[in-house]
Amino acid sequence: MSSIEEKALKAPVKKAQYGTDVNLENYESEAKPQGHLENAEDLPIVVKKAALDVGVKLDSEASGAYVQMDQTAVIAKSLYEGVEIMDIASALKKYDYLQDYWWKLVAPDADKYTADVANSEPAGYFIRAKKGMKTVFPVKSCLYLGSSNLNQRVHNIVIAEEGSELHVITGCTTPEHVQRGLHIGVSEFFIQKDARVSFTMVHSWGKEVEVRPRTGITIAEGGSLSNNYILLRPVKTLQTFPTATLAGRGAVASFNTVIYSTMGNIDVGSNVNLNAPETSAESISRVVSVGGEVIARGRMTGRVPGARAHLECVGLLLSDKGRIYSIPELDGQSRDLDMSHEAAVGRISEEELEYLMARGLTSEEATSVIVRGFLDVEIKGLPDDLRQEIKNITQREDLKGAQ
Amino acid sequence: MRLLEIVDLSVSIGNKQVLKNFNLNIGRGETHALFGPNGTGKTTLLNVIAGIPRYTVEGGSIIFKGKDITHMSMDERARLGIGMAFQRPPALRGLKLRDLIKIINPAADAAAILRKMDFETFGDRDVNRGFSGGEVKRSEMVQLLAQQPDFVMLDEPDSGVDLENIKLIGEAINSLTQKDQRPSLRTKSGVIITHFGHILEYMKADRAHVMLNGSIVCSGNPGEILEQIKRSGYEGSVGCQCPV
Repeated sequence: MSSIEEKALKAPVKKAQYGTDVNLENYESEAKPQGHLENAEDLPIVVKKAALDVGVKLDSEASGAYVQMDQTAVIAKSLYEGVEIMDIASALKKYDYLQDYWWKLVAPDADKYTADVANSEPAGYFIRAKKGMKTVFPVKSCLYLGSSNLNQRVHNIVIAEEGSELHVITGCTTPEHVQRGLHIGVSEFFIQKDARVSFTMVHSWGKEVEVRPRTGITIAEGGSLSNNYILLRPVKTLQTFPTATLAGRGAVASFNTVIYSTMGNIDVGSNVNLNAPETSAESISRVVSVGGEVIARGRMTGRVPGARAHLECVGLLLSDKGRIYSIPELDGQSRDLDMSHEAAVGRISEEELEYLMARGLTSEEATSVIVRGFLDVEIKGLPDDLRQEIKNITQREDLKGAQ
Repeated sequence: MRLLEIVDLSVSIGNKQVLKNFNLNIGRGETHALFGPNGTGKTTLLNVIAGIPRYTVEGGSIIFKGKDITHMSMDERARLGIGMAFQRPPALRGLKLRDLIKIINPAADAAAILRKMDFETFGDRDVNRGFSGGEVKRSEMVQLLAQQPDFVMLDEPDSGVDLENIKLIGEAINSLTQKDQRPSLRTKSGVIITHFGHILEYMKADRAHVMLNGSIVCSGNPGEILEQIKRSGYEGSVGCQCPV
């Protein structure tokens, strides 16, 4: 038995630090295997439609694609020589060196969710941007939970080798007929020297789906990450707290989180360790609640002189049925740090509302326009197409004030 | 024919009475200028006509196009044809000016309107965000040109505007109030608040009023009233010592 399994077996009931507790026994752990496909065109229409809804246009230009239905990688395909894409089980068999990456940034015994993934057959993607290879076309991936009541477990490894540029968009979604399920996604990102990565994740779940992503990121000297998370559809419970370590001089991390909550319990945030000189991190979250509880966390720990960090948690609470709990944390552990945060939870400004109403918009229309503007985060470091895709998602007509 | 009739209007904000038995008629095709010291109720008057809910109407009525709009919501009034250039409008994060033009009027030619106000480079910027005082005024005119109201209210459209752009703003007001058309064809009206009257060199106003302590104390020809204010101050205009 490997040390990973040993650790995992000790943690089957270990509750997570944050978020509501999920009873894993309520969900099925056996998934029906799916057939492998050569091309995205061969995917069932319902999958393509669900992917589109989370911004993953599988038929437009990409440097690669990965589609997982339940526990099966149905498509894992590179379309650009600079990027290698495989399903993780095959990659682990092919490359012994992956053992140096596997479970190195997320601990298998971190909590019962990571333990559950460690105890399962590996499923997920392996994406490697080869040394010095750059592309603006994103790798498009879709993690599709298509069977009701399933516990979908995913473990991804992303390696951006020295000097590479990689953009990934991952949409995680359920079709309309699947309302109930559990999704646990472990992701480990290794951003090597001078590599530039953007990772955009769009979630769209059912009303009875519980979600527990577990993400670890390390960024070496001169490397950078733009991490974008978007959740605009109802979910039962969701908790994630990705942790990034800026390990090399000049490493940069930027987190953008956009949440539109209508129900449920959503506990999101980012945790950044600034461990090397001249590193900088920024975390911006925009939360709109018209119902449901949202806890927006942000934690920055500065451990060396000259590190710079900024946190911004801004919330619009538009209903008595909602709650926004903003928790920005700054932990300075060295001299000469520059760390700051701003947090605000409030309502829509009357003045802005009146201004738009004076132009003929109804109160509801004006509220929608303001909400969409609020959610339109200006994300840096993204190729234009991806930026436009995110804009399209956050500017949907159905995002509005309280019903 | 009257477009706007204000009859014995009394308005307070908080416990303070701002307008007292105020009366004003504006006919179709007419543009009126309002003068008066700060705090005399000019902006309140415009805000109350626009329907901003902070004010309490204690008595009297506002009739627009023959309809009593005294208690109508802001957006209903706007859709009925009332438009307003705000003195200090808010900035709208995440909303591009070009997109707002389309929201206000899907049929509007955004590019042409922006060009008209020499404002093309601002089309892709968030509305009023980081705009200078003069740029905010041009943004207001752009939005009104999209809205094409029948009655336009302009609250100091010239403040903070440089000489070059004041002409542009004047031309936009003339276009909104149809001063570029023959008088018999004009159906649109306006009211403008201005402190220095400089803008009146670039636009046409038909009539002017001096307001003091919430009432009109003098009405007449805009040029002559402005002269009188320059000569004897606002107080000196009480009872219209000028030839009307």
